[in-house]
Amino acid sequence: MIGYLARRLGYYAVLLVVAVFLAYALASAALGPRTYFEAKQPRPSAAAVDRQLTALNINDRTPVTTRFGVWAEDLVLHGDLGRTIHDTSVNEEFGRRIWVSLRLLLVGSLLGMALGVAGGAWSAVKQYRLPDRALTILSFVLLSMPVFLVALFLKNGAIAAKDATGREVIPFVGYETPGLAGGVGAHLADWGLHLLLPTLALALGGLATYSRYQRSTMLDVLGSDYLRTAEAKGLTRNRALLKHGLRTAVIPMSTMFAYNFLALFTGAAFTETIFAWHGMGEWFIQAINEQDVNAVVAVNLFAAVTVLAAGFLADALHAALDPRVRY
Amino acid sequence: MSASLLEVSDLTVDFGAVPAVRGVDLAVRRGETLGIVGESGSGKSVTALAVLGLLPRAAAVGGSVRLDGRELVGLPDKELARIRGSRIAMVFQDPLSAFTPVYRIGDQIVEALRIHRPQGRAAARRRAAELLDLVGIPAPERALDSFPHEFSGGMRQRAMIAMAIANDPDILLADEPTTALDVTIQAQVLDVLRTAQRETGAALVLVSHDLGVIAGMADRVAVMYAGRVVETAPVDELFARPRHPYTLGLIGAVPRLDGRGGPLVPIPGTPPAPGTVTGCPFAARCPLVEDRCRTAEPALTGDDGHLAACVRAGELAARAPRPEEVYPVPPVPPAGRPGEEILRVTGLVKTFPVLKGTVFKRRVGTVHAVDGVDLAIRRGETLGLVGESGSGKSTTLYELLALTRPEAGRIDLLGRDTAGLDRAGTRELRRAVQIVFQDPMASLDPRMPVGDIIAEPLRAQAAPRAQIDRRIPQLLRQVGLEPAHASRYPHQFSGGQRQRISIARALAVEPELLVLDEPVSALDVSIQAGVLNLLQRLKAELGLAYLFVSHDLSVIRHLADRVSVMYLGHTVEAGTVESVFESPRHPYTRALLSAVPLPDPVAERARTRILLAGDPPSPRERPSGCPFRARCQVHALLDDARRARCEQEVPLPQAAAPGVDHLAACHYPDA
Amino acid sequence: MTAVLDTAPAEPKSPAAPGRGRLVLTRLLAARGATAGAVIVLLLFLLAFAGPYLTPWDYATPNYTAIRQPPSAEHWFGTNGIGQDVFAQTVRGLQKSLVIGLLVALLSTLLAGLVGACAGYFGGWADRALMFLVDLLLIFPSFLIIAIVSPKLKGAGWLAFVLLLALFNWMITARVVRSMTLSLREREFVRAARYMGVAPFRIILRHILPNVSSFLIIDATVTVGGAVMSETALSYFGFGVRPPDVSLGTLLAAGTDQAPVFPWLFYFAAGLLVLFVLAINLIGDGLRDALDPTSDRSTP
Ligand code: SF4
Ligand code: SF4
Repeated sequence: MIGYLARRLGYYAVLLVVAVFLAYALASAALGPRTYFEAKQPRPSAAAVDRQLTALNINDRTPVTTRFGVWAEDLVLHGDLGRTIHDTSVNEEFGRRIWVSLRLLLVGSLLGMALGVAGGAWSAVKQYRLPDRALTILSFVLLSMPVFLVALFLKNGAIAAKDATGREVIPFVGYETPGLAGGVGAHLADWGLHLLLPTLALALGGLATYSRYQRSTMLDVLGSDYLRTAEAKGLTRNRALLKHGLRTAVIPMSTMFAYNFLALFTGAAFTETIFAWHGMGEWFIQAINEQDVNAVVAVNLFAAVTVLAAGFLADALHAALDPRVRY
Repeated sequence: MSASLLEVSDLTVDFGAVPAVRGVDLAVRRGETLGIVGESGSGKSVTALAVLGLLPRAAAVGGSVRLDGRELVGLPDKELARIRGSRIAMVFQDPLSAFTPVYRIGDQIVEALRIHRPQGRAAARRRAAELLDLVGIPAPERALDSFPHEFSGGMRQRAMIAMAIANDPDILLADEPTTALDVTIQAQVLDVLRTAQRETGAALVLVSHDLGVIAGMADRVAVMYAGRVVETAPVDELFARPRHPYTLGLIGAVPRLDGRGGPLVPIPGTPPAPGTVTGCPFAARCPLVEDRCRTAEPALTGDDGHLAACVRAGELAARAPRPEEVYPVPPVPPAGRPGEEILRVTGLVKTFPVLKGTVFKRRVGTVHAVDGVDLAIRRGETLGLVGESGSGKSTTLYELLALTRPEAGRIDLLGRDTAGLDRAGTRELRRAVQIVFQDPMASLDPRMPVGDIIAEPLRAQAAPRAQIDRRIPQLLRQVGLEPAHASRYPHQFSGGQRQRISIARALAVEPELLVLDEPVSALDVSIQAGVLNLLQRLKAELGLAYLFVSHDLSVIRHLADRVSVMYLGHTVEAGTVESVFESPRHPYTRALLSAVPLPDPVAERARTRILLAGDPPSPRERPSGCPFRARCQVHALLDDARRARCEQEVPLPQAAAPGVDHLAACHYPDA
Repeated sequence: MTAVLDTAPAEPKSPAAPGRGRLVLTRLLAARGATAGAVIVLLLFLLAFAGPYLTPWDYATPNYTAIRQPPSAEHWFGTNGIGQDVFAQTVRGLQKSLVIGLLVALLSTLLAGLVGACAGYFGGWADRALMFLVDLLLIFPSFLIIAIVSPKLKGAGWLAFVLLLALFNWMITARVVRSMTLSLREREFVRAARYMGVAPFRIILRHILPNVSSFLIIDATVTVGGAVMSETALSYFGFGVRPPDVSLGTLLAAGTDQAPVFPWLFYFAAGLLVLFVLAINLIGDGLRDALDPTSDRSTP
């Protein structure tokens, strides 16, 4: 199993290097930091613009491979992601924002998966009965809404609640109340409350996808030979389902986790923007509008690493759940 | 009959509006073995599952199943669960899918033990090890910690039996327990079943489609057809004097290993769609049918425990005809004398790398799938290629058909070395050699109408349209179908008809050699006989040569002129069918032949069986010396000096006497 | 997937070739959800393409005398901040979104089928290279790439946007097609064709693709919905369709801030979007049941 995971890890490393290079090249080609400087008032001289671009290592007159070389060397040797277009450190901004995003991603993905698996299994066992139908309708509706729309609905709901009651029932801006007094407990509660809507926006999508999928793998398992064996040796149907059915039916969920994480990442970027969280997603949108190559590449790096980490986690989960892949 | 342990009366099972079981009566007495035999769709497995209440919810079960007088039908799940596994236990057909893949074998057996008798883990585990030992699994302690996928098919089925007898059940239900297994493994597993029965004193209900297995195991037999029992009798009585035409036909349709039993009788047609007939369900296929058969379904009646559901049962009982006296047997024209050699394979080798890794593959081992195979076929001749799974017979075929230079050795097809073929040569050989596969459903593209399927080889040969249009009806007629069938899709045909379509496709380009890869093993016996007869006729009419691959020795015996036996990638014995089957020389061939059950209870009892030890070794290991050594029953009895030779020297094929067509690759062929 | 058909008894006397088509259709009609979905989708298409002719208002013309009016007999969906008719805008946006969804689904499914079938059928290096490409494209959420590239494509219009969406949407489907092909390749009818000397691309065209077509049809259906969602999301953030073009996404973006006060600016577009994707998903689900013979659970 260790060997298997090590090989996957090696493969991911290769993928990562190639992917990051491509992202760098793409961002360098598509974005135009030169126009950003040229648009400044008063308009700087061509030489000054050139100098500034070179200092930031984003001069489009230097070959992209050379720029990448410098960038990669800094990254590998010093862990330095370069400078933003405002000549501040990318690392600092990165460090500030990463936890904001990770908090959302982690809680959102785990919550969505847990709810989805439980709901799907329940739905399958109660096939065509009320709980199944209700959950099916719910997940169909959820699956038909892009995450940003879910987030907007939630936010509008919160605004409506505020307008109706005259005070903010559930916060919908930012991830903490600025200048909150009180102890650790108060801060944690405040965090939790701020997390509620954005996480829900992400988790609801997960709930819908996972539960549909879990329902169908569970239904496959319901007709399987081994479930019949489990009953034949004297387990009641329900115990056989729980012990032999569910355990096998969650295996494919690990693959699902990897794919779903991709969608989640996109969703998180939108959610952050809508709820005014200063996370990676918001930074990315801002950076594109400012032609900030290094910041864009940094967010891409973050995305690639988290997606691969999710992939690796899925592999590990799969290997742990299914003895057949532990070779 | 009051002594019955299990009594099934008027059992019915319906799936929606489709009746699967229509009034079955059975009785099982303590300690006896009841065989239930029938073809696919006869309702035999559904009956077995219905007894335990294991059918899906969609099934409606009626009638009564009594265990020691207690009614089981309609019992709540909780109560039934208490009976399942403790009083009635079940062994399923496919042991791979029947174990939960994610739990260890030991844990699954322990679970079975602890459900019914609460006990400590350690005690249950000890008992589980004993059980594995009882069913002959080596190193049971270690085996407990294995996952199901780490076991071979035979081992899994043993473990399944161990689990079934864990709680000393009174009744063991075995649903096709050996169907997925090779014949030598089947012999082992049947032996284990007998042991299990002896140890527990349980009654055994054995469901099977294989008359041979039933003949060797059962005390009494029930024959099922279209959801009903059509005949039931003590085993000797049933095989010697069947009273139902269907039973008689079945017995006549099975080719026999001992070569006795006359021509194969095909039963025409296919079983009726469930719920569509009134009167005797066999009427459409029965050669003895009369008008009164069609009015009402005959009841199961008779005397001395020999019952049959046929209005003419009395006549059959009195006359005791042979199958071919009742069923019309199509005349098989005599085959011509074999002509010149059209295929010669010498020293063929094919290895596969065992790879690991996702992107950067590393070679971690080598499978020696084919490791020195010799074959020769003459025009108009049938060569039977026999071997169990993993023997390399399929790989040999695919190497032949690849028409490229083999890894080692040489293939000459129609006088041409496949190593140096140009485009035109390849094309000509693609025409001259055609293949018919095992599974007639898988070998026909479900999305194409039959006409297009048959035309495909013609198109590949760039035949003109007019010729294709002319050929298709002609071919369909040749294999016993109608030209109008060309516009239908494969799923509208029965298994036997589909196999005929495959044969028509293969014949389209007038090949000279037909490679038949297990062409009848997916078919029911009554259908199989018709296809075998067709093959024989075509060979005689068209002067074809067949390379007939099969694991079924009886079929080979029936059809082949010469036979070649493979084991672990080697040809171990070859010769004319008579010489190999009558006086096998290689120890493996002898064991193989003795493992094949005969559909004749008297002959079955009289035989001595050679049981091989263990499973065939993995082809990844390449033992020194004789490849058969680890399981060889002769080797085990040799003295040290002679043993050493087996261990060091690879035996080469040697003729029994100079000039005699009978080779064996064994140092001590006559020991 | 043929297991159930296989056990179905052959009826030699049935009329010639009733065919799968009819079977699928009957099953589809039996599924109420799918029928409802199909009706909704049809109506929405009708609305999108006939809608502009139903109203006298043009979607682009401002009318400063009628600003932010609530829905009325005159302006069915009300008007926006510069007095444009919201109904005219919504049907126009719907039209664009639907066309984008259809095109993306068509392109990406074609690409997925081709890449998947080739990777699976040829194996070896072709397979490894293609799967590396798939993994590579899957590393980045497609939104990141599209967002980076989209400023460059400002001039190229919405068709370039369609291409981009399709280009980043085929990978997972291709993987599934590949694994289906891997097993099809070992199926005997494909082997038979090979041994008859049928050329590889012909085998892919005649045997492989028709046999994955059920999956591809289902997938393409669901992709229409997915593509519309991606389109709206990207357009919402300004990376997709841009003014003067309108799509559901741009309408939502314009209406968001005013949604609590002037709900008609937001909820009509949002509602149509959800309705459309929901209907598509219902059709997809019905198709899955109808095309997949194993989904019929009444047969043993
Ligand atoms: S009842 Fe008639 S049709 Fe049926 S088996 Fe007997 S003779 Fe044949
Ligand atoms: S050579 Fe030795 S081990 Fe091999 S089959 Fe003959 S007797 Fe057995």
